[in-house]
Amino acid sequence: MTLNEVIEILDADVLVGQDQLEMEVKTAFGADLMSDVLAFAKSGSLLLTGLTNPQVIRTSDILDIAAIIMVRGKKPAPETIRLAEELRIPVLSTKYILFETAGRLYEKGIKGCVERVDNNFARS
Amino acid sequence: MDLETIATCLNLKVFSGFDQLKTEVLDGYTGDLLSDVMANSKEGDLWMTRQVHQNIIAVASLKDHAGIIMVQGAEPAKDTLEKALKENIPVMGTDLSGFEIAGRIYNLLKEKQDITRIDP
Amino acid sequence: MHVHEKPTFESNYTVQGGNFDEAGKVASQIKVILKKLGLQTDVVRKAALVAYESEINIVSYARKGTISISVTPGQVKIETTDEGQGIPDINLAMQEGYSTATSKIREMGFGAGMGLCNIKKFSDYFQITSEIGKGTHLKMIINIENGV
Ligand SMILES: Nc1ncnc2c1ncn2[C@@H]1O[C@H](COP(=O)(O)OP(=O)(O)OP(=O)(O)O)[C@@H](O)[C@H]1O
Ligand SMILES: [Mg+2]
Repeated sequence: MTLNEVIEILDADVLVGQDQLEMEVKTAFGADLMSDVLAFAKSGSLLLTGLTNPQVIRTSDILDIAAIIMVRGKKPAPETIRLAEELRIPVLSTKYILFETAGRLYEKGIKGCVERVDNNFARS
Repeated sequence: MDLETIATCLNLKVFSGFDQLKTEVLDGYTGDLLSDVMANSKEGDLWMTRQVHQNIIAVASLKDHAGIIMVQGAEPAKDTLEKALKENIPVMGTDLSGFEIAGRIYNLLKEKQDITRIDP
Repeated sequence: MHVHEKPTFESNYTVQGGNFDEAGKVASQIKVILKKLGLQTDVVRKAALVAYESEINIVSYARKGTISISVTPGQVKIETTDEGQGIPDINLAMQEGYSTATSKIREMGFGAGMGLCNIKKFSDYFQITSEIGKGTHLKMIINIENGV
């Protein structure tokens, strides 16, 4: 599905990446622990998180995360926005909690990504 | 829907709280930051997390959660398990990611609880 | 193993302890450079991840440190040295879930006690030494396997 559809499902606001909403996404990862994201999230996935600090953007950049969805209506600090703009990572904000956000996306066909880099490596 | 039904449907491993599995699950909460879970989760929530630290037991107990699911193959740390057994808090585990398990539980709860369910 | 000619690259970066606004910048830079060198996506990802976790640890637990990277046709080598409190019990620190992170660090999503495990998992070679009151030294190697 496209980010535009994600926005509709989650009634989300676009904080960064207004020009990237045609992007296709198929998988998602939800977590509040950056090391957990680093160990398990797959590139090209959506990252669902309750965090809003600039490290979320850094972590996403390291992993080539497709787009970030900040949950619970939390609005990030200006530094976070600035960094996401600089690195061209779309950031959406939804008022739903992480559980509900995951549930709604799952219901519409988004799959979880649990693969480790090791596995990807073995496959490629 | 009670914990036992969810545990059976989703093939969860039960670590503790064996006699509490009839507890009704009212809703779900996913989160790894204890301060967030303390502030925003509700009584009767089934809490999904990647945290294994023993503090999660205190949080679940204080917030009267229905139980805890450790995601992505995580298992309770030794002192976490001891505390869970002592306080009789249901701790379960799944190999699925936090996203997957949340997605499945959300849809299970939605299916079973009729159409009058009001979203939070 | 067939080895393609690849430019060798070497560089050092300084990391300031406690500066969370800049934390991760070095790893980002390393990632860009490795991509430009044309390394496989997986090598780039592992190296960036390893650099990032070590950088965050320096910012979190040390006064200052350096990250050095060197790329040869066969491998990416990343070494970090910091001046700081050091690690009293390395076995304990390597245990998943063990963390001394402050609440400030935890609120940023760090402090799960997974960083060193990640570093070890994503490196082909990993070595850690530490001296209490002096600092910590990490050495990580990621192999570049050429061909398919
Ligand atoms: N460079 C360092 N200097 C001093 N202590 C360190 C250093 N790196 C790690 N440690 C110690 O080892 C512990 C475990 O580190 P590790 O990176 O595995 O987890 P963390 O930083 O606590 O959490 P996470 O990395 O998951 O965000 C730290 O909490 C800290 O006590
Ligand atoms: Mg760390």
